[in-house]
Amino acid sequence: MIQVEKLSKDYGNRRAISDLDFTIEKGEVVGFLGPNGAGKTTTMRILTGYLPPTTGKVEIGGFDILDQSLEVRKLVGYLPETIPLYNDMTVFDYLYYMASLRNIKDREIRIEEITERLGLADRLDGYVGKLSKGMRQRVGLAQAIIHRPEVLILDEPTIGLDPAQIIEVRNLIKEIGNEHTVLLSTHILPEVEQVCDRVLIINNGRIVAEDSTERLQSRLMGSQRIILKIRDDIAEVSSLIASTPGVLSIQQKDDNTMEFETAAGDDARAEVARRVIKAGHDLLELRSISMSLEEIFLELTREDPSANIDEVEEPYETAGRQAE
Amino acid sequence: MRNIWLIATREFKHYFISPIAYVVSFVFLLVMGILFYANILASSVQQYAPGVQIIIGPMVTLFLFSAPAITMHTLADEQRSGTLELMLTAPVRDSEFVIGKWLGTMMFVMVLIAVTWVYPIVLNQMIDPGIDQGLLVTNYLGLILMVGAFMAIGVTISSLFSNQIAAFFATLGVLLVLWMIGYPSQALGAMGGGGLLTYLDISEHFYSSFYRGIIELKDVVYFISLTSVFLFFGTVSIETKRWR
Ligand SMILES: Nc1ncnc2c1ncn2[C@@H]1O[C@H](COP(=O)(O)OP(=O)(O)OP(=O)(O)O)[C@@H](O)[C@H]1O
Ligand SMILES: [Mg+2]
Repeated sequence: MIQVEKLSKDYGNRRAISDLDFTIEKGEVVGFLGPNGAGKTTTMRILTGYLPPTTGKVEIGGFDILDQSLEVRKLVGYLPETIPLYNDMTVFDYLYYMASLRNIKDREIRIEEITERLGLADRLDGYVGKLSKGMRQRVGLAQAIIHRPEVLILDEPTIGLDPAQIIEVRNLIKEIGNEHTVLLSTHILPEVEQVCDRVLIINNGRIVAEDSTERLQSRLMGSQRIILKIRDDIAEVSSLIASTPGVLSIQQKDDNTMEFETAAGDDARAEVARRVIKAGHDLLELRSISMSLEEIFLELTREDPSANIDEVEEPYETAGRQAE
Repeated sequence: MRNIWLIATREFKHYFISPIAYVVSFVFLLVMGILFYANILASSVQQYAPGVQIIIGPMVTLFLFSAPAITMHTLADEQRSGTLELMLTAPVRDSEFVIGKWLGTMMFVMVLIAVTWVYPIVLNQMIDPGIDQGLLVTNYLGLILMVGAFMAIGVTISSLFSNQIAAFFATLGVLLVLWMIGYPSQALGAMGGGGLLTYLDISEHFYSSFYRGIIELKDVVYFISLTSVFLFFGTVSIETKRWR
């Protein structure tokens, strides 16, 4: 649905993003992560046709963003970083105006439906300029999805919302993501885990990681850590585990728990379980523990950029190819 | 076309909410009323029949100063509030956006002009053979064409700023320059080369024809061209915004 090739953008002499390459399939929900100033907003502005790229090519739904800009804009719903509202209009008028520009049918019904969903139904007659921050955010979201866009691009959609509304909006995004394509940027990492199928991590204008959330977690570690818990004293099985093929190291946690490490992708859990049970012990727990997305994020966006590229980007490329 | 209309009507409605529009209309109509009254008094004292010019003359000058106030927010405000990003990512052509804005200001101006229609009616009652209807119509036609150009200039200049006040003074400056650019040509006249300046002069195209009750094709063409050229500049200005 979205195809980005060698996309770069310069602001004057400053390079904001360089050589971005990624593809987003129809029906995917992709999270766009990166520290402040990484180039997320810039990329989204290019995708929506607000800014032209310096070099590179972007196609959305098969349309080129420069040559067929109007076609692209019809497909896309966009919530910009600064919520674009006309303060002198009422919520209803604003949404009606946007719906008219999008040329959709049954505008009143659609507005009713969407404001109901976003908890704006009782604010329809209020002026947009008098709304609270969270309410403004909701109106911005309503505007972005009013025409049921094929492609939804949201720049920090849940910022400023109350917890109940955050959940509502996440559900809404997931729902839209069932059929449509969503690209959202956020700084809330659990949000990515909850709603996104895939993440793109960008740092200093470059993509430093691109994968599904789970795979990202296991890949990054290079090795996998597994927790083993038995009813008896763990020391009794330590030599047994250590000698299992694929196990790199073991570490005792407490009386009946230990943590061991295996090479990435080489899951020794089945063999470990067999050995433990064969030796007559009660196996209580055997699970792999993964790094949190926060840890991954910090790892990938460390200050030293060369470290990112050498250590992280390389394994990803190979891993990605294997997966295909 | 549909988009132009949608944008224009939103713009038009905005005027009935915005305090600036009310202030501009109030001052405009107040000054018009005072000058009308003063002119009527003067004519009765000096024993001559006042013509349509006592209405149109002041109105032209008032428009020169109020046009920048009417157009200053149009594109400047869209940039300040971030709605420009919304409009430029909606399925609307840049030209439709600019023309829609202009049309919206024109609709407001037409309301303002329509209100001033009371003065000719009053004047017609007051003087004996009535006023020269033909002269009145040509004057209003010329005025509308000229104000259309003012609005196009104002909307375009507003696209260059995100600050309304800056847009106001820049527009006023450009209008005043275009209004008086013919003067130096009188000095240049002897040397030649003043012709172009005279041609560019806005007032020249109004006072020498419409104001005297003459409709000259070249003046109609001039105003329509001026409007089109500025709307084109405005579109280019919006387009180049993307490249900055
Ligand atoms: N209009 C602009 N003119 C010049 N430089 C800009 C402009 N917009 C963004 N930049 C620069 O481009 C870089 C990327 O900015 P961008 O807004 O895309 O970051 P971001 O990832 O969205 O950050 P945040 O998480 O803070 O929203 C930054 O270094 C920023 O200073
Ligand atoms: Mg941003």
